[in-house]
Amino acid sequence: MLRGFLSNDLPRSRVLTAALVVIVLGLAFAPFLFPGARSLNVAAKILVFIVLVASYDLLLGYTGIVSFAHTMFFGIGAYGVAIALTRLGPTWSAIAAGVVGGLAVSLVLSLVIGLFSLRVRAIFYAMITLAVAAAFQTLASQLSDLTGGEDGLTFKVPEVLSPGFSLMEEPFLGASLDGKFLSYYLLFVVAVVLFLVMLRVVNSPFGRVLQAIRENDFRAEALGYRTVIYRTLSNVLGAGFATLAGAMLAVWLRYNGPDTSLSFEIMLDILLMVVIGGMGTMYGAIVGATVFILTQSYLQDLMKLASDGMAVLPVAGGFLSALLSPDRWLLWLGVLFVLSVYYFPTGIVGKLRTRALGGTRRP
Amino acid sequence: MTARATAASAPTPDALPKVRADLLPLLLVPALALLALPLVGSLPTWVTLTVAGLAMGLIIFIIASGLTLVFGLMDILNFGHGVFIALGAFLATTVLGGMADWTASQNVFANLVAIFAAMVVAMAAAGAVGMAFERVIIRPVYGQHLKQILITMGGMIVGEELIKAIWGPQSIPLPLPAALRGSVLIGDAAIEKYRIVAVVVGLAIFALIFWVLNRTKVGLLIRAGVQDREMVEALGYRIRRLFVGVFVAGSALAGIGGVLWGLFQQNVIPQIGAQVNILIFIVIIIGGLGSAGGSFVGALLVGLLANYTGFLAPKVALFSNILLMVLVLLWRPQGLYPVAKR
Repeated sequence: MLRGFLSNDLPRSRVLTAALVVIVLGLAFAPFLFPGARSLNVAAKILVFIVLVASYDLLLGYTGIVSFAHTMFFGIGAYGVAIALTRLGPTWSAIAAGVVGGLAVSLVLSLVIGLFSLRVRAIFYAMITLAVAAAFQTLASQLSDLTGGEDGLTFKVPEVLSPGFSLMEEPFLGASLDGKFLSYYLLFVVAVVLFLVMLRVVNSPFGRVLQAIRENDFRAEALGYRTVIYRTLSNVLGAGFATLAGAMLAVWLRYNGPDTSLSFEIMLDILLMVVIGGMGTMYGAIVGATVFILTQSYLQDLMKLASDGMAVLPVAGGFLSALLSPDRWLLWLGVLFVLSVYYFPTGIVGKLRTRALGGTRRP
Repeated sequence: MTARATAASAPTPDALPKVRADLLPLLLVPALALLALPLVGSLPTWVTLTVAGLAMGLIIFIIASGLTLVFGLMDILNFGHGVFIALGAFLATTVLGGMADWTASQNVFANLVAIFAAMVVAMAAAGAVGMAFERVIIRPVYGQHLKQILITMGGMIVGEELIKAIWGPQSIPLPLPAALRGSVLIGDAAIEKYRIVAVVVGLAIFALIFWVLNRTKVGLLIRAGVQDREMVEALGYRIRRLFVGVFVAGSALAGIGGVLWGLFQQNVIPQIGAQVNILIFIVIIIGGLGSAGGSFVGALLVGLLANYTGFLAPKVALFSNILLMVLVLLWRPQGLYPVAKR
């Protein structure tokens, strides 16, 4: 039963299994375990990014395509829902219209970019997507009638999901059953379903071909697979899932702007999460997104302490405290990123799996 | 003017028929300028825009030339190239700020000395950082494309954050030296003085690069290495050293370009590197990856087009580069001057 759900792709490491169980249970009962607006926001963000990072892993980890336009599709999904809810009013059909519209735009766009540039080498694709994503970001902030420009769009969601709605007067087991509670569980269910679907995709024969292309595209082509078509399909699929993740984000935040869904910083975040979690395994997305977002949300508090401590030092204290200031947390994650590409190219998950293998093989 | 054209026209004149230089892409530049003339309407405006476009194009070329050669030689695309641009621009704020007496002077030569000093400092620093970057970031991942993209991107993140830690995250104004502000009138055309300086400096550096690549032994080896690395190695040259040299030179050029670009924008932000990165990627794709001559043509086209469209249709200007890239790639899918074997 469980094997079927996980498409026969089990974690294959006891430590990893334990970590995943902790994360999934933590997310499933987040409103009860960690009450409070801030921690619920963090948990919801983790859910959105698990889907987003998994969809990027489909491209980077499984197919070996480096795309810098993934936030573009993320943004299309978020803007699709945002624009539909602004224009059509806060109804479920508006959300559906936004998701379908966003998906359609993403699919067409990813198909065009894919057919146009995936024929050539990986590097070429990386550069073209970088340029296209930059152009799209400019476009989104220029079309201010539609997208609200730099200010973005604030909108209402269907009443059941809005914070004002309450299911019960009394708090239930320490969690208030309001609209936020419901939209959190909507996000949770959608994230679980999307994740399992992606797990199914990468463990299908189709997914095997993608991995073959990653390992040796020339050989895959020689075996009779049209690599261009498989690459493009993988690109389209990744874009589609990213769009859905964007829609989730918009429903949760009830706001969308260029900085929340389109900015290049988010692209870097996704890259860091995929690499730290582990490329080429869907579980890496769960671990990577959780570790990264927890760090992003709570490490800065810790760094503030360290920075204030360093400022006391007489010599070079100023520079050290500048290095450790909470605004520079990306510096340390960047260093971690470079180190993990060198030393743990398979990320946390890959490392744990190798260790598990080594343990059983040793006599 | 490309590697292929000159390499094949070497000694034996009768045995090998001379490969004709492919001048068609080169003609695009004057063609674009002439096409814009009737659209812009007035000649003085057109002259102003053209000079601005050439200045911008030459600065972009200075930055892009190193990147494209590094790619051609070692098949490495450095996504961290932008760090050197940002470093150059930020050093310019420090150096020019420190030489306030020289920059405030009305004497053009004092101003030029200050800019020159900033360029030298930026060149030295960017070259040194480039050497370290090559050693620490790039050397361990030769031949692994995926890792290269990731790791140079990581280098870019770290570099940008370090710049923020040193100079602060806010934008720093970089005013032009006193005597270079404003514009001169040539006929009816008002041309900003700094753009003339940029064109002159840009042309000088272009001439230097062109001379080194086409008239010296080192340049011959670089061009040969771009075409066929293994053959050059087989002939007993250490292509690794050559490559490190090109990488350091490319970084130093990016540093100089950063100074010029910062003065061009008159304002420096830590994200400047990432922004220019996108521009130079477009340029080297247009030019044909690995071709210095191609990136020259590409840079001029991008610079001119940005200025013409900025005047004619500001909304379109934001996308003119992408448009140009698509058109060029539809015409020549490998770029204007495709490098052999790629």
